Amino acid sequence: MKVHDTKKIYKLDLIAVKIRKHIIEMLYKSKSGHPGGSLSAVDALVALYFVHMKHNPKKPCEPNRDRFILSKGHAAPALYAVLAECGYFNVKELTKLRTMNSMLQGHPVCTYVPGVEASTGSLGHGLSFANGVAIAGKLDNKEYNVYAMLGDGETGEGQIWEAAAVASHYKLDNLTALIDRNFLQIDGNTEDVLRLESVRDRWNAFGWNVIEINGHDIKQILDSLNKANAHKRQPSIIILNTTKGKGVSFMENNVDFHGVPPNEMERNLAIEELNLAQKKLEALL
Amino acid sequence: MSNKIMVNPRNAYGEALIELGKKYKNLVVLDADLSKSTKTIMFAKKYPKRFLEMGIAEANMITAAAGLASCGKIPFVSTFAVFATGRVYDQIRMDIAYSKANVKIFATHGGISVGKDGVSHQMIEDIALMRVLPNMTVIAPSDAIQTGKIVHLMAEKNGPMYARVGRANAPLIYGKNDLNDIELGKGMTVETGSDISIIAYGTMVEPALEARKILSKENIKARVIDMHTIKPLDEKLVLKCAKETNAIITAEEHSVIGGLGAAVAEILAEKNISTKFLRMGIKDIFCESGEPVDLLEKYELNTKHMVKNAKKLLKN
Ligand SMILES: Cc1ncc(C[n+]2csc(CCOP(=O)(O)OP(=O)(O)O)c2C)c(N)n1
Ligand SMILES: [Mg+2]
Repeated sequence: MKVHDTKKIYKLDLIAVKIRKHIIEMLYKSKSGHPGGSLSAVDALVALYFVHMKHNPKKPCEPNRDRFILSKGHAAPALYAVLAECGYFNVKELTKLRTMNSMLQGHPVCTYVPGVEASTGSLGHGLSFANGVAIAGKLDNKEYNVYAMLGDGETGEGQIWEAAAVASHYKLDNLTALIDRNFLQIDGNTEDVLRLESVRDRWNAFGWNVIEINGHDIKQILDSLNKANAHKRQPSIIILNTTKGKGVSFMENNVDFHGVPPNEMERNLAIEELNLAQKKLEALL
Repeated sequence: MSNKIMVNPRNAYGEALIELGKKYKNLVVLDADLSKSTKTIMFAKKYPKRFLEMGIAEANMITAAAGLASCGKIPFVSTFAVFATGRVYDQIRMDIAYSKANVKIFATHGGISVGKDGVSHQMIEDIALMRVLPNMTVIAPSDAIQTGKIVHLMAEKNGPMYARVGRANAPLIYGKNDLNDIELGKGMTVETGSDISIIAYGTMVEPALEARKILSKENIKARVIDMHTIKPLDEKLVLKCAKETNAIITAEEHSVIGGLGAAVAEILAEKNISTKFLRMGIKDIFCESGEPVDLLEKYELNTKHMVKNAKKLLKN
């Protein structure tokens, strides 16, 4: 699908703002969870779920659907908010994040939430799971594509590189990984904790088609997803250059907001900023 | 309850590491992007050269620790219990347990009281996984004071060891001088009693002490054992409890399969001892996200349920 109409992009940006507001409210209410990595993943999720992926919220188990796997499971609030806004379940459920008897667990559980493909939260599993889904697609001659979102810190896990080797060996061109390159993990900057650069060269060396873009520019994200799908005989990875905490000034690039929710004042400030962003976008429409 | 002094055992770990870093120049500390949570950051600040940030790559961290130990280092390795055991089981089995490597795995965030992060982060199988490994010592301290003491003992004694604490602040049970003769492999009788023995470790010791108070009002005398070392298990003490009291309850923030309850049951069965017996623990299910207190209530691991179980068991 081609979406190059600027107004259409503004509308998607508006959805992204709405998702960010959900994230802030959910984390504030549950008094726990991960704002930074949830906020940085939003724009890619919006591009995937609101435009690019072939999926039907009313039929979450439809065999020909495209699949998305959130390997960095701690960004669950972003995924939940997107799934709810798509219509997989009632938006009201979002207020129950991380509470007893809720299907919205701290980290995604595939047996509880319609639309969640894999149970994640232990980092490093998602790309292997996506390999399995992609191989099954090839075996069954299905047309679907598989997408997996990885944290950059998460790619420290050896299992990611086992999966990288397998995907390239089996020429899984129905698989696209997206790496949320926000340069932060918990103990600090990724390059100080455990150097990742050159991310591009590493994935290239493993036999992947590498695309690098601004991970908050929905037009760029959509274009690169199309390019990734069109690329044959190699899996593709989109390096999403992102800002951890994107959209809330005091959370941006602030490692302290990896796993600490906003307090009341911070929540008010954040919502105020996001409302402003919303107004600006609405004025453009 | 309210006027108890709460101290986080994780902080006690961090403080002990600093003391040990001074004492043992060959002590090194490894972490996997969780140093702020495990409190190894305290050591990192004091001894930056001997702190090894290994990134989010736990399997590599475990085996690298074994390599360090083979060169005479004393590695303390830390991450959350779920990533420190299940995630890296084969690495521990081959490179630490089988090889008798002098590696100390100190895990935090054990049990369901981790809370809202949910099942992916609530480790309830670690004691079982580590207990089944030959050569492995398995420990779970109950408060900050005991944690500090035990971390010292771990450094002093050669051999593979696994210790776990919870995430939450924990009420102090012991005074500074209460633990002068603490030994690994020797359970502690915290309170005496002749009707029933509650054998617990870690986060379940304090609720057991509270249960004892409530039971005493109903004239039931409960003995409370702090079984900080689950392996090697203090068999003598278990047998003594079976002999001197009419019933035994084990309590742990862990699956009822494979942990302390199982270990005690194995001894009782093999020694042909018939006694009233109940394992309190997670009943072979995955739990969920929630406030720790609510989880412990729903999954029946608190003082209230200990009291209920004790009365029921004695009545039968
Ligand atoms: C196997 C495993 N080890 C450690 C953790 C704890 N943890 C949760 S998030 C995180 C940091 C993730 O950083 P990154 O992948 O860069 O994610 P983002 O910056 O997008 O939040 C860590 C270490 C985990 N969930 N799983
Ligand atoms: Mg990151």
